Amino acid sequence: MILALDPLLSGDVGWWPEVTIVVIKVVLAFVVLLLAVMAMVWFERKVHADMTNRIGPNLAGPFGIFQTLADGVKFFFKEDLMPNRADPLVFRLAPYLSLVPAFITFTVIPLGGRFDGKNAGEITLPGFQKVTLLQVADPHIGILLVLAMSSVAVYGILLAGWSSGSKYPLLGSVRATAQMISYEAAIGLAVLAVLLRTGSLSTNAIVDHQAGWNWNLWTTLFVPFVVFLIAITAEMNRPPFDLVEAEQELVGGFHTEYSSIRFALFFLSEFMNVVTMSAIIVTLFFGGPSGPSFGPAWLRAILPTAWFLGKLLVFLFLFVSFRATLPRLRYDQLMDLGWKLLIPLALGWFLLLVALRVAADSDWNPFATGAALIAGLAGGGLLLRKAVRTSHARRAAEAEAGVTL
Amino acid sequence: MGYLGGFAVTIRKFFRHDTPSGRVVTKEYRAGQGGASDQKRPKPQRMHGRHVLNRYEDGMEKCIGCELCAAVCPARCIHVRGADNDPDDPTSPGERFGFVYEINYLRCIHCDLCVEACPTEAITESKLFEFSFTNRADAIYTKTELVVGDDGRPQQLPWEDWRPGDDEHTSAWMRATAPAGDDSFEGIVAWAGELGYGVRAPEGGQPLERTEAEAAAHAGQGHDGHDGHDSHGGGGHH
Repeated sequence: MILALDPLLSGDVGWWPEVTIVVIKVVLAFVVLLLAVMAMVWFERKVHADMTNRIGPNLAGPFGIFQTLADGVKFFFKEDLMPNRADPLVFRLAPYLSLVPAFITFTVIPLGGRFDGKNAGEITLPGFQKVTLLQVADPHIGILLVLAMSSVAVYGILLAGWSSGSKYPLLGSVRATAQMISYEAAIGLAVLAVLLRTGSLSTNAIVDHQAGWNWNLWTTLFVPFVVFLIAITAEMNRPPFDLVEAEQELVGGFHTEYSSIRFALFFLSEFMNVVTMSAIIVTLFFGGPSGPSFGPAWLRAILPTAWFLGKLLVFLFLFVSFRATLPRLRYDQLMDLGWKLLIPLALGWFLLLVALRVAADSDWNPFATGAALIAGLAGGGLLLRKAVRTSHARRAAEAEAGVTL
Repeated sequence: MGYLGGFAVTIRKFFRHDTPSGRVVTKEYRAGQGGASDQKRPKPQRMHGRHVLNRYEDGMEKCIGCELCAAVCPARCIHVRGADNDPDDPTSPGERFGFVYEINYLRCIHCDLCVEACPTEAITESKLFEFSFTNRADAIYTKTELVVGDDGRPQQLPWEDWRPGDDEHTSAWMRATAPAGDDSFEGIVAWAGELGYGVRAPEGGQPLERTEAEAAAHAGQGHDGHDGHDSHGGGGHH
């Protein structure tokens, strides 16, 4: 049985050194992710402050970098409250349901290793004389695991709101469910475009396929990336899609009744999602750790990870600037964007890519095929727009005539 | 540009704080620990802070133990008991004085109704706000803590954080507002002297004397205001 595509696990697997290496990788990934989340919280607060004429945390440590640590210690010593009408078991379970998926998503992301077309992210561990990948696991289902985990994360939020026995959390969780389910379709369709290029679900294979500036960003013609970026912002409940915890309307949304360390877990998982989802974007569209390699051996060893971190940082910054810039969408705008724009667009673009692929295989003229398809898609888009307008007009007419639905 | 124009604004702010449309608004407030970078924002004229119990210029207490403040308090945080003055050694001018005076700051909402109710300007609110006590007993300020000292300044308790000059504004709200209820001082000093200060000038740099034009303008406004008030009151009686 092949556990995963990692060359480490391809032969005989024993306690030494294979399992030991895996354990070390798991612990390392855990620590790295926690540290990254701490840094991300600080980064977001600092950058957001800079963008809004403030200073931000600056007292705990140099530039306030230990602020998250101080907050964490404070959370631990706060009183842990649970409403009388809460469902105790589910109430306690919910924070973990949103934290664990965020961790699991991180395990499939390639963090380094050389991707130059010849060795697919494989590195030889010094001291162990074993070849392995710089990711905790490389399962066959790779990117499906990411999609599955983002679906499981909905349960954390849904159950948190439901089990609180309080009205605002319930409203927040109902919104969360509708929102996350709506945008999952768009995410899936955008990922399909990437899978069509790669022909594999494994994240390692996806990155390997992009080696040498062959990034999916332009091989899928940009649109899937834009759809994916918008849809995962909604999936993470980040502004401008933070209706789930809209402070002005719902107090805190699904975590209104949570306090102390349970609240901290939600907070942590939210920021962890930002880090892991940025890493997923980098993996899917920006070639992960692949990039130019130069210099002495030690530099060549760390350069891929540096490229990965650099790309990651760009997206972390982008998410913070989303938050600082964009006003929150209204609920109907949110649904319109998801169902009437992103899903048709992603679906149409997927068909376009499929047709270009078929054209390439059957030696059709790619330009004629592309032009015909774009004409077809534009026609479809116009039809959809017409349908939406007609239904709007009809509803307005009904409202004027006094018909209530 | 639409949405994208917004991004240009935030990115510009990120790289340069000090744009014409705004500068850093945060003050580096460090609760007295920060040395030179410890800044505080100037407080508004009518700020409602910690209470003080005032004294007359001769050292007599202004409080007469009438309990009007306790009666009007919506949070019911004031507890007053009056007692008869000792004729040979009176605490306050007149018959009675405030024998017990307690304010529970866990309940106080700083609405200033007690200050409005007080007939002798005995209780006023200062601009002091940094008094984070750490237990419930400390939250109850008794008369010992509330009465101003012999120099006419409020007494500083161990957990209170003050900067030089913070203790000067002990009756600011009263001295920023006209007796008629107008939002600016109308040139009539309607307050008594205080221990250590005498009769004090209006708060917030408002001039004692006003020009005739200003007075006429204010009188007109005040007149209108009174008409409105009367008709409203009449309506209430019907």
